[in-house]
Formats: sequence, structure tokens, C-alpha cells
Amino acid sequence: MDLFDILLSASFWTAAIRIASPLIFATLGELICERAGILNLGIEGIMVAGAFAGWMAVYSGVDLWTGVAVAFVVGAAFGLIHGVLTVPFGLSQHVVGLGVTLLATSLTYYAYRLALPEVTSPPKIDAFQPYEVPLLSDIPLIGPALFAQTPLTYLAFALVAVVSLVLYRTPLGLALRAAGENPAAVAAQGLSVTGLRVGAVAVGSGLMAVGGAFLTMSAFDSFFFEMVNGRGWICIALVVFGAWRPGKALLGAILFAAFDALQIRIQQTPLGANVPYQVFLMMPYFLSILALIVMSRRAEVPAALMVPFNKGER
Amino acid sequence: MRLEPIANPGIARTLIPPALAIATTVVIASLLAMIAGANPFGVLGLILKGAAGSKFALLETLNRATPLIFTGLSVAVAFRARLWNIGAEAQLYAGALVVAVLGTGMLQWPPGLLLPGLAILAMIAGALVLLIPALLKVRFGVDEVVTTLLFNFIFLLFVSMLLEGALKDPMGMGWPKSARLIPEARLPRIIDGLRLHWGFGLALISAVVIWIIQARTTLGYEIRAVGLNRNAASFAGIPVNRVLIKTALLSGGLAALAGYSEVAGLKGSLTLDLSPGFGYTGIIVAMLALLNPLAVIAAALFVAGIFVGADSMSRAVGVPTYLADIMLATALLLMVLAILLTRFRVVRE
Repeated sequence: MDLFDILLSASFWTAAIRIASPLIFATLGELICERAGILNLGIEGIMVAGAFAGWMAVYSGVDLWTGVAVAFVVGAAFGLIHGVLTVPFGLSQHVVGLGVTLLATSLTYYAYRLALPEVTSPPKIDAFQPYEVPLLSDIPLIGPALFAQTPLTYLAFALVAVVSLVLYRTPLGLALRAAGENPAAVAAQGLSVTGLRVGAVAVGSGLMAVGGAFLTMSAFDSFFFEMVNGRGWICIALVVFGAWRPGKALLGAILFAAFDALQIRIQQTPLGANVPYQVFLMMPYFLSILALIVMSRRAEVPAALMVPFNKGER
Repeated sequence: MRLEPIANPGIARTLIPPALAIATTVVIASLLAMIAGANPFGVLGLILKGAAGSKFALLETLNRATPLIFTGLSVAVAFRARLWNIGAEAQLYAGALVVAVLGTGMLQWPPGLLLPGLAILAMIAGALVLLIPALLKVRFGVDEVVTTLLFNFIFLLFVSMLLEGALKDPMGMGWPKSARLIPEARLPRIIDGLRLHWGFGLALISAVVIWIIQARTTLGYEIRAVGLNRNAASFAGIPVNRVLIKTALLSGGLAALAGYSEVAGLKGSLTLDLSPGFGYTGIIVAMLALLNPLAVIAAALFVAGIFVGADSMSRAVGVPTYLADIMLATALLLMVLAILLTRFRVVRE
């Protein structure tokens, strides 16, 4: 099978969209935080917590959508910790973010060990199943890729539209973007920069957690240690690549996922068998760095990103 | 709420918030141990006993602190210039790799030169690993947080590739592990019979050297100026980019010494689990030390104590060992808050 055959196969694009889905949730989450002026390095740990929380909730008997809601709430709770420490107290976003990642990861692993002390292979849940949209899923190539996915994937795509709409077409979105560009102006309007920023970090973190939950509830059906495996950091690169815009970030996520799906397939070809598998696993990270180099020059970084705002200080 | 600087914080103001931070951390850990079914009141005592209650425990803590002093210094130096090096993990493995490759007899230098030579080569390797993100930052404006993070993954995969390929020990029973170092490439013990190698001594010396560089040299002054305000530093004629590159080389070199000391001092060969996140933990150490090189020693001992102590405690009472990581994360978050509260008071509006 050569490259062309792979790129024209429906299974390849179906896989690409599936791989992109968790990235879309988490990238949107990070984008909301950064648009409000907060770099959230808690993303990696929050995804771990979301992956576990959603899966554990379903494992203990709630239905799938409640599981997604549980993941969101757990993520938002960690976001609240991050938001309170970095916004009203203005602590270093780098340090707090990495601290939240360590806290969320270790609490998750602790909880996992307490909940399932003896297991060697974690149990599977009845996860989300693909839903074929009538008619649309019959379109060649695009049909199976876009319209035969699980409901969580549809939710991810819908959220891109919702987040775009809120950011660019509502007063709330305007206030949020202004909090990341010119917080003093927001305060002058009588709005609370603190409230906007903390709220953005909480909601954004909730989305990151749902991204993590996609892994356990729509992809692997089970929870493993290290399953997030740097996806959070890649999402931070995707936000930059998408120039802080939801639509472009979506494209970036799909592009990235397509590349990831491609490297998995090349590994299985005779050519790939002669190259150490680690080389293929490195590719997504190299690609992210390359994307950053290409995009960094013309990216419009939110002007007040990582700048704490203390009212009364001018 | 609003933060208001305190002009002359008294002794109480300086000591109470950090003390409360540590107390809260212990309370949280005790509660989590209780949830796991252990007696919460024994937790603190068991941690202290596990970290420093015997000669063996104390040596274990000192051994654990050694790589943390190096990575803590690496982060402290970089963060001082506001160069966000989150990649100490990769730089550590770069140093370890140099020792694992050249210390197996490949480098035929006289015994007196081999160990210092390996240290210098390891530092160069670590410096080069951080040089790439630093160059990307000053040349293209690429955020170094993400690139250094991503390089950790890339470099670990690279090491894994070598350990399963070119570097694999034929005597390793199929285990991905490098060949053992020759005896001349091993760091000797400081005192005969005590399980503590000269890596610890080198770490202490490094901390003093970095302190001297920061307090007494032009480079130290420039690093501080660049960290305080890049525009002002540039206006004052400091070559900001060049200082950032020098900082990166120094920081990468220091992190590499952690890998050097672990392989040449403790382990004698390289495996993929050489570092349980020493590079990331170095960030905690540096922050707890307020980026002060001498305080890094104390912070590394504190963090190592929590690791060794909480590990021993959790095994004694039968709770998951991840409790140590939870304690560290809690201590870090509460401590940065506490340190802020020693200098600012919260004013309600």
C-alpha cells in the first residue's frame, strides 16, 4: 500500500478525526483560557483527571453523558484552583500550571489505586458507540470520516462553532477577549477582570477534562497510566498554531491527527518495519515544534497573556 | 479583593504563612491516608522517620537530593532570566547518555582526567539540548515552554531507541539497559562504607559556584537584569539575546550533571527509568528556594525528604505511594501562595 492509497482510504480519515477529537476539546479549553489572558499548563494533568473521572463515574453505574458531565466538573474544579491562584493572587502561571498538572495527575493515580487496588488490567466500560448519520454517512470518503463517529466527536465539532460564536458574536465573548488584550479597559467598563478570567479558566479546564474523558469513554474504553501522554502539551502548541482562533485550531488538530494516523500506518508498511518505532513516535512532537516555528512569526498573541492584573495598579 | 504590599513585614508575617502551608500539606496528606484506611495521626511521624530516622534513611534522602540539587539549580538559573526551561528532564538524559556511551571504556583517558572529562562532556551535551529551544526563542520567537516540554518526549524516545538498539547491553538479559561503566568512570564514595557518592559533593560545590556567578559576576548581573525587565536591560546596553543563550547553556549543563551523577555515581548504567521526573521536580525545588542557588540545597533536601519519607510511610501503612507526589504538588502550590502572603496583604474592597 503506498502513501496515495492510505490518504484516499476512508479508514484513514475516520481514524484521523477520531484522534483529533480529544485534541479539539482540550485545544478549545486552552484557547478560552489564553484568550482571557491565562496560560493554563494544568492541561496535561486536568486531561488525566478527566479521563479517570468520566470513566470511573460510568464504571460505578451512571450513564455516559453524566460521566462526561462529571469529567467536566472535575476539570473545572482544578481550573478553579488554577484560576484563584493565578488571577486574584497573580502567582506565576508557569509554576501554578505545572503544580496543578502534578496535583491532578497524582490525585488521579492515588484515587485509581484506591478504587481498584488489585487489578492488573483495568476493566472496560460500555463506551460511546459510533453513530452513523443517515444519508450523510454514505458519502464516499467524507461520509465515514465525519458522519460515522461517536457522539462525543460530534460534540467536539459543535463546540468549535459554539466557542467561535460566543467569542466573536456575544458581549461575553467580547469581554473575555478584552480581558486578555486590555484588562484595564474591561475594569473601566465596570466588569470584573478577575471574574472573567477565573470563569474562563474553570470552563476551559472543564473542556480539557472532557478531552481526556474522550480517551476513556470513546477511544480506549478503559483507563491506563500515562494514557494522556503529552497530548495536553501538544494542544498548547495547537493553540499557537491556530493563532488563538477556534476554526484554525480545529484545522490544526485535524492536520496533526492526520499526520499521527499516517505515521501509525507507515509503521506497518515494509519500509516502516526497518525504522525503529521510536522514530515514528517522535514525529508528532517534531511536527508540533515545526508548526510553532512556522506560525510564531505572525501569531497575534493576546496582548495581556501571562500579565497579571491588579486593580488600582496603573 | 486587592493585594497591597507590606512595607516592613515582621517576623510573624514572614514565618506564619510558610508554616501554615507546610501544616496544611501534612493535614491533607493525613486525611488522604485516612481515606485509604490508615491511621491519620501516625502519618507525619512516619514520614519524618522514613526521611531521617536512621542512617540508612538519611543517606537515601541525601542520594535522592543530589540530582534534585542539579536540576533545581538548572531551573533556578534559567527562571532568574525568565527563560522557562521545562526541559531539564531531556538535558538530564543527555548528560546520562554521554556517561553511558563514553564511560564504558570508549574514552581511554587517564583515571584522573576521565571523571572530570565526562562531566564536562555531559555538560556540553545538556547545554546543546537546551540551545535548540533557546535559539528558536531568540531567532523566531517560539515559546520555549512548549518546545522544552516537547523535547522531553523526543529525547526520551531517542534514549529508548538507543537502549533497544546500539547501546543495548548484550549481557543485560534482553533488558533495555546500557553496558556497565568501567570502574574508573564511577564516582567514588565520599566516606568508605557509606552509600553516598561524590555527586552529592559536586552538587554542593555547583550551588556555591552558581551563587558566586549570580552575586559576584557581570553575567550574574546581566541575567538578573534580563529577568527583571527585558526592555530596560536592552535599553541599558545589555545584549539580551546573548545573555539568554548563555543562561540556556549554563542551565542545560547543570541539568546534565544530574544525569552524570546518577549514572556515574549511583546506577553505573543507563536505563529508561533513570529519572522519575527529576527534571520536573527541579522546578518545584527552584521555586521553593525562591530561585536562590544556596537555598536550592535546602529545598532539594526538603523535597527529597518528602519523597523518601512519604514513600516509606505509604509502604508502612499500606496506602498508594502517589501520596508523595500529592504532597509535593500541594506543598508547591501552597508555598508559592504563602511566600506571596509574606510580602502582600489581601485587602477587601
